[in-house]
Order: sequence, then C-alpha cells, then structure tokens
Amino acid sequence: MIKIMNRTWLYILAIVFLVVTGYPFLYMAATSFKTQPEFFEHPVSLWTKLNFENYAQVFKLGIDQYFLNSIMISVICVAATVYLAAMVSFPLVRMRFKLNRPIFFLFLAGMMIPVHTTLIPIYVLTKNLGLYDSLWALAGPYIAFSLPISVIILTQFIQELPRELDEAAVMDGASQARLFWSIVFPLLTPALATIAIYNFIHIWNEFVFGLVLITTPAKMTLPLGLRAFYGEFSVNVPGIMATLTLGTLPLMLAYFFAQEKVVSGLSAGAVKG
Amino acid sequence: MNSAVETSTGQVEVRRAVRVTRRKHTAFLIGFIGPALLIYVTYVIFPIFSTFYYSLFNWNGIQSEKTFILFDNYAKLMADSIFWKTVVNNLLLVVASIVTQLPLGLIMALILFAPIKGMRLFRTVYFMPLLMSTVALGILWTFIYDPTMGIINQILDFAGLSSWQQGWLGDTKTAFLAVTATICWQFTPFYMILFRAAMTGIPEEIYESAKIDGCNSWKQFWNITLPLLKPTIITSSVLSVIGSLKYFDLIFVMTEGGPDSSTELMATYMYKQAFAKFNMGYASSISFTMFVIALIVAVCILAADKNRQKTPA
Repeated sequence: MIKIMNRTWLYILAIVFLVVTGYPFLYMAATSFKTQPEFFEHPVSLWTKLNFENYAQVFKLGIDQYFLNSIMISVICVAATVYLAAMVSFPLVRMRFKLNRPIFFLFLAGMMIPVHTTLIPIYVLTKNLGLYDSLWALAGPYIAFSLPISVIILTQFIQELPRELDEAAVMDGASQARLFWSIVFPLLTPALATIAIYNFIHIWNEFVFGLVLITTPAKMTLPLGLRAFYGEFSVNVPGIMATLTLGTLPLMLAYFFAQEKVVSGLSAGAVKG
Repeated sequence: MNSAVETSTGQVEVRRAVRVTRRKHTAFLIGFIGPALLIYVTYVIFPIFSTFYYSLFNWNGIQSEKTFILFDNYAKLMADSIFWKTVVNNLLLVVASIVTQLPLGLIMALILFAPIKGMRLFRTVYFMPLLMSTVALGILWTFIYDPTMGIINQILDFAGLSSWQQGWLGDTKTAFLAVTATICWQFTPFYMILFRAAMTGIPEEIYESAKIDGCNSWKQFWNITLPLLKPTIITSSVLSVIGSLKYFDLIFVMTEGGPDSSTELMATYMYKQAFAKFNMGYASSISFTMFVIALIVAVCILAADKNRQKTPA
C-alpha cells in the first residue's frame, strides 16, 4: 500500500523502531542473567552465560506471594466484572423501562472520571468497611472501574444480536432470566472474551489503588511488590531486572500465544466515550 | 350477559397476569441491574460528591474532626504556584503526546502495512511496551536514564559524545523531557494499533483507482489515507487528553514529581498532599478540580462531536 520510501530506507526505519521498542526488553532480560560485577563491567552487552542466581534470590525474597495475590484478585475481579456487566447490559438494551437512558449515561460518564477524584473517598470508605490493608479492599474499586468500558462494549454487542431469538424464546414461555442465561449469555462469548482480556491487563497492572489501600508487604499485588523490591535491592541492578522480567513474563507469554486476541482486546479501550 | 361476565373475568385475569409479569419484570430488573449499579455508584459516582464535600474542610484524614472552611481550599489552590506548575505540566504532556505519539504511531502503522520481510517480528515487538506494567516500565527506564550505569549515557560515551551525558532524571532541565519520552515509548504502540485498525478498513480499490489516475505514493497518502484517518486522529487526541489527566504511576515511580516539582502532575501532587502530608481537605480540592477539568473536556468533546455530525462531511 505504501511505497513512499524505497526499500532500504523503509528497512532502516523499521529496524530503528524495532531497536527502540525492543532493546529495553532485551536489556532487562540480559541484565537479569548477569552477576553484579559482570553488570558493572559490561552494562550494555548481552549475557555471556545464563546465571539464574538473581531469580533464585527473587523467589527467596518472596515474589511468589505477590504473584499469588495478583492472580487471585485479577481472576476474581475479572470474573465478577464479566458477569455483572453482562447482567446489567442485557436489560439496558433489550428492556424498556424509565431509567434505561440515565443508567446507561451514568456508566458512560465513568469513562471520563479521573481515578484520582475517587481516591480519598474510597480510602475513607475502605477504612470504614474494615477492609483497609487487605487484598479484598481492591475488589470494589477494580470491579467498579472495569464496569463502564465493559458495559459500553457489551451494549454495542447486544444491539447487534438478532431480536428474533429472544422473541422466539419469550413465545415459548421462557422467563427473562432464563432467556438471558440460556440464550443471550452464551452468544456474548466473543465480547466477554474481549472485556476479560482488557480488564485483566488493566487490573494486573493497576497501581494507585494498591498503593493507597494496602501497606503490608504480604498482601501486596505484583506492581506494588516490584516497587518494594526496587527499594530493597537499591544498587543490585541485575536483581531488580530479574524481578521486572518475572513480573512482565505472564502477560508476555499470554501475548505470544494469543497475539491477535490480546491486541484486539487492548484496542477495545478506544471506543468513543 | 353471560359473555359480559366472561369478558370481565377475562379482564381480571389479564390484569392479574399483567401485574404478575410486571412484578417479575421489576424483580428481574432489580436483580440484574442492582448489583453492578450498587458497586459502581458506591465506588465511582458517590466519591465525586464526597470529594467535593471533603474539599470544604480543613481535615487531616486521620482524626474524624474536620473544620468547615467553605472555599478556602480553593482560594489557597488558586494561589499555589506548585499547583499551577502541575496544570502547565499536564497541558505540556497533552501537547507532547499529540505531537509525538500520534505521528510516530502512524509511521509505525504504515511500516506494518509495507511489503517488508519479518513482519511478524516487527508487529510483535512494536506492541510489547503496552503490556508492561507502568511500574515495571518506570523502574526499567529509571535505570536506562541512570547517570553512571544507564545505557543512554553509556551509548553517548561509546559514541564519543560524553559531553552530552546528563543526570537525566535528576536535572530540572531534562527530567520532564526524559519522563515524556518514556510515556511516548509506552503509549505510541496504542496509537499504532488504532491507526492500523483504521487503515485495514480502507478499501484497496481506492488506491488502485488513484494509481490509475496517476497519483504517486505521497499524494495517495495525503489525499486518501490521511483524510480517511481523520476520525481516528480525533479519537486518539481525545484519548490522549483524557489519558493525561490519569498519568500518575510512571511519574510516581521515576521522579515522585521532582526534582523541584519539574515533573509534578496534578495527580501526583494530589497524592502527595493527601497521603504524604495528610492535607486531605486540600488534596480533595485538587482532585475535585481534576474532575471539573475532565468534565469540561468531556462537554467540549460532546459539543464538537455534535457539530461535526451536523455539518455534512
């Protein structure tokens, strides 16, 4: 399609972008396999031999706990978001009642609300609920802030489903709930996958609520743990890089195995709000 | 007579049936909409009102007693030079995002459409920064910028440009630039996917017929690709404006707003006031101001959108 430049320049440009985006990752992985003296001597080079000592140390310091916490909270919040968003989107599109539009706009408005506006009240609320400094403190804000985009994606998707299906089901005497669970919900699978991927990536990487609501290291999620390690290792750069590599690995692996799904899941965030 | 009785009992039955269905209907609505709406209102909508309420008090957030001071926090805010600095920094960030991330994202998307070998590798790597958590990315780049062992200074040294070496993040002159470059590294791939998706939608026939009419590649780009990407460019700009209000993690990890608040943003300043200095009332006035700015931006976008739909393209 585009033949503005000749081939050589095109390759040079493509490779420049490749190096700029890719090299930091390579640097991170390469450094994580070096010993400290090796790093100070050759900070830029690739590793000479694979040395897993840094990784062993990171595990000894308890990175697995952060992983466990992150997996737990992400899976629970994504599952809850998927169900709640599907349940709320269906009546918003398919049933006529007085509050259709206002409720939909309320969710739409959530797209532009800066998270920081809610930070202090959520901190106060969490303390009052007795959830402060526990993993569960994150569930409320994570689910709530995942809902707007999920509802927008799902309502668009439901609008495109053929109405004849529900009409036939209602004719056969199925209740709305039955119609939803046995007919509509299974049809939503592709949209549900998109919102699951999108929200999983965002919740997995979320930082500021964790920062405000959790203080005990054993209860921290991975991004908070990475920052704690960063403080603890101070000048041990290979140790820090091993931590970062481990922390980045899960999403990267998921991406390598399901590239197109992850890309389209992430770009779903670009719907016009 | 007989038939009249029949109809009236029929009507009663219908009415009862309607009432039962309506009750079922309401129960269904409450059961299905209720839970999500409750969580959403509790954690997203209600806090906006609480933030405004807190902003009217002098309050440290620890003790329950608050002193009502009406709009004093806002008066203080308007006179706070650091706050204005954060507003300027947020604006600069928006401008920097639009003038760097959008064009670079477009170029990367164009590369992905070019007939080059190793496309899979390019595509895979170009996207990777988006998957890294901002915290991890911030730590990584802090080391890349490190004055002694960081790769940027090492490369400058290697290239014989050691006079260009800097303490990138420690210097008020370069810190904002360094942080902006990192943000650019992180988000350009996002705009790349948006452009790539939009460009996939442009039918090849348009280019074919342009070629027949003797349009060269540059002309094709300026007269076909770019105009057709206009909606994507607008969406992307909107996203970057809204996104810049949310920037926090990266600055917090890399510079904590320093040195000398040269990289301070509204969000980091608000966090500091609330959770480091425990001026919860004052911090609430900052966060409510952020909400008002977001609201104004949203209203402008909606108005512009309406205008655009009215004028035939």
